[in-house]
Amino acid sequence: MSEAPIIQVQNLRKIYRVGKVDVEALRGIDLSVARGEFLSIIGPSGSGKSTLFHVVGGLTPATSGTVLVDDHDLAKMSDPERTRMRKTVVGFVFQKYNLLPTLSAADNIAIARDIAGRNAQLEPEFQKVLDLLGIAGRLKHKPFELSGGEQQRVAIARALVNHPGILLADEPTGNLDTANSEIVLSLLRDLNDRLGQTILMITHNPEAAAYGHRIVKMRDGRMDG
Amino acid sequence: MKHRPLRTFLSALLIAIPVTLVLTLTGLSKGMIEDFAGRTRGIGADIMIRPKGSTFASLGSAPIPAGVVDFVRKQSHVKVATGVLMQTLVAPISSAAGIDLKAFNEMSGGLDYVAGGPFQAPNDVIVDEFYANEKKIRVGDEIHLWNADRKWRVSGIVKPGKLNRVFLELRQLQELTGNTGMVNIIYVKVDDPANIPSVIAELKTKLVDYPIFSMEEYTSLISYDSLPMLSRFTNVVIGISIFIGFAVVCLSMYMAVLQRTREIGILKSLGASRWYVLSTILREAVLLAIVGTIFGIGMSYATKWLLQTFAPASLPPAIDPTWWPAATGIALVGAILGAVYPGLRAARMDPIEALSYE
Repeated sequence: MSEAPIIQVQNLRKIYRVGKVDVEALRGIDLSVARGEFLSIIGPSGSGKSTLFHVVGGLTPATSGTVLVDDHDLAKMSDPERTRMRKTVVGFVFQKYNLLPTLSAADNIAIARDIAGRNAQLEPEFQKVLDLLGIAGRLKHKPFELSGGEQQRVAIARALVNHPGILLADEPTGNLDTANSEIVLSLLRDLNDRLGQTILMITHNPEAAAYGHRIVKMRDGRMDG
Repeated sequence: MKHRPLRTFLSALLIAIPVTLVLTLTGLSKGMIEDFAGRTRGIGADIMIRPKGSTFASLGSAPIPAGVVDFVRKQSHVKVATGVLMQTLVAPISSAAGIDLKAFNEMSGGLDYVAGGPFQAPNDVIVDEFYANEKKIRVGDEIHLWNADRKWRVSGIVKPGKLNRVFLELRQLQELTGNTGMVNIIYVKVDDPANIPSVIAELKTKLVDYPIFSMEEYTSLISYDSLPMLSRFTNVVIGISIFIGFAVVCLSMYMAVLQRTREIGILKSLGASRWYVLSTILREAVLLAIVGTIFGIGMSYATKWLLQTFAPASLPPAIDPTWWPAATGIALVGAILGAVYPGLRAARMDPIEALSYE
């Protein structure tokens, strides 16, 4: 972990306009994530952790400050440039899985490759990831035929299929029962340990956060301690 | 599309309606033109003389004195000449032809009766099979033509294909329409087809200002392009069709984009560009247009069957496959135009807002 951080955030501010009111969601965040690190960000609702997730993932621009993600300076990027960056630099895992309901698990994974301009055919070495996630036998099924845990594992496979530098997970166990939560969190840890996958996980659950190498707390748009 | 089959089916069906409209109209135009040309050729004449001031498509207002028929009959190489008086029944699709039956038979080889026979009395009428079927007429029935006060007795039903669908005795029609001693078309048969040009040249010198055509020339003039009102009307229908296609697809795609807001957010979070999202919507619209066109072509066969069954005399339909590419183009233009706004709306969606859409 001696090389340059894969995520470097300095004095990040984000102000949303809600009607005629400005809402300051991030109030000067400084954060550094090393390559290969599994970082958990924990905080209550409204602490700004999801906003940080969206800014680091390039889903929304910062109002001010510096956000360097895998050598990409998001502050200098236009919306189409941030869109391009999302294809290969970051992979998202959401609380609600966000699989396309009309596609099979395999097609949900393949569409991420298609969007990235790659052959939809999965690479043979990706089989290792599918085996690790335990979904190799469930790929022909559509999301409604899969359990919540299986859906989230498909979502993780989709997030990883383009070999992103960073896996961003927003409350990945928020919709899962305890058993499935443990499976998903263990898998994230395995992916980090075995493949060296950098993971930034947002959660409000201290037990889930404990799976990370490091825990950062947020409150009221600031790092807490 | 396959995941929302009812919406897809209804959208394709609505796109099919203007396609059917265009194909039926053009098929009808073709059918009527071919039917008219076929009946004109079936007269068996070589030359046609039309009234002064007339065009190939309209007879004008001045009839031809019957004396001109006698004059033409006396010209060298003329074998038969007969005058016909046309009376409009339902403009512009139906008319009655007043004929001198003896001379007309001599020229055409005779009407081919499937029931009944020639005129027996001045108020007799002969109709062809299409007209009889459409109007459900039998020999001996009394029918009305252009005047509700006068009844005509059907003396015969003939096979179609010669001049007209309704025939009246020439003198009776002349009397009833105030055209005593007048006709408005003269058909001429010459002794040898090789003499047609010379006879026409001779007639043109003697009958100045009368439009004179060889039948070959006249039938070649009867075409879609030579009838400007028809092409203008078709263009109006094409315009309406494009608008309907536009409106249907716009509405359908707008609903689809609303329904799939979250899915669009997912695609955008995966890095889908605006063009990727827009092209997905456009591809769906193109597919809808193609399916709609296929439905429309199928439905044009259904309308052909309906017209053939219920209005074979008035509206002889045809299928004109040369219009299929144009019909596809009309559906595609309407669909693509209709998909642009919903597509752009989808492409511009904010991924975070789209992902939080319930």
